[in-house]
Amino acid sequence: MTPVLLIFFVLAGLAVIGALSLVVQKHPIHSALSLIVVMVCLAGLYLLMGAEFVAAVQIIVYGGAIMVLFIFVIMLLNAGEEERTDFSKLAKIAGLPLALALTAAISAAVVKPDASIPNATQAVIPDATKLISSMLFQEFVYPFELTSFLILVAIMGALVLAQREKK
Amino acid sequence: MVPTQYYLILSAILFGLGAVAFVFKRNIITIFMSIELMLNAVNLAFVAFSQAFGKVHGQVFVLFVIVVAAAEAAVGLGIIILIQRNRQSLNVEKVNLLKL
Repeated sequence: MTPVLLIFFVLAGLAVIGALSLVVQKHPIHSALSLIVVMVCLAGLYLLMGAEFVAAVQIIVYGGAIMVLFIFVIMLLNAGEEERTDFSKLAKIAGLPLALALTAAISAAVVKPDASIPNATQAVIPDATKLISSMLFQEFVYPFELTSFLILVAIMGALVLAQREKK
Repeated sequence: MVPTQYYLILSAILFGLGAVAFVFKRNIITIFMSIELMLNAVNLAFVAFSQAFGKVHGQVFVLFVIVVAAAEAAVGLGIIILIQRNRQSLNVEKVNLLKL
């Protein structure tokens, strides 16, 4: 087993354990901390693939900004342990098998031997960050500008939603 | 090198776990986090394909996905604060005005 494969399995195992912990934990703050583990592991996998820029953005935006926002809201609302309510019998019996079937179906679709996916990850793309930036500001410049509108609308929406009603 | 299929299977597992959490959880904040988990699984598949085909298009799309996820988190958490204010609970079962 090559060292790269070993690193992959360690990071992938940690990510799956973190995701499982997200499902199993009762308290939302524990779920949030597990999700941070998943995101850091995914950033490590991006580094392993040679996508440094995406790895950095993953840590800064996901691990930093978005998860801090989540934890901030959990603490602001003083969210306690999840109350269990009796959900339907059908969900209790069929839920897990259906979820397993979904995962198996996606996996079976991607490991099909005749699929046109190149079998092994090729050599790292040289100057990937440079290519991303030139593509972002030339080929995808209109979608890129649209995202600034999207963020502006999101900021205004969040402000309008969260402000207190005037008496 | 790690075969592309390994990354895709990991992505499928993470997506499945995100879907399970989305359906099973009752706390609206945790449900929101499971959506983020599913988006992350899709990002992993994007980057794996990008490396497999030797093109950076996938990584550009990952940036757009992250921007949309950030905007969604901002608006969604605003909605969560409103729900808590109106219902005094984060349980999704309590949000049932549209239910028959």
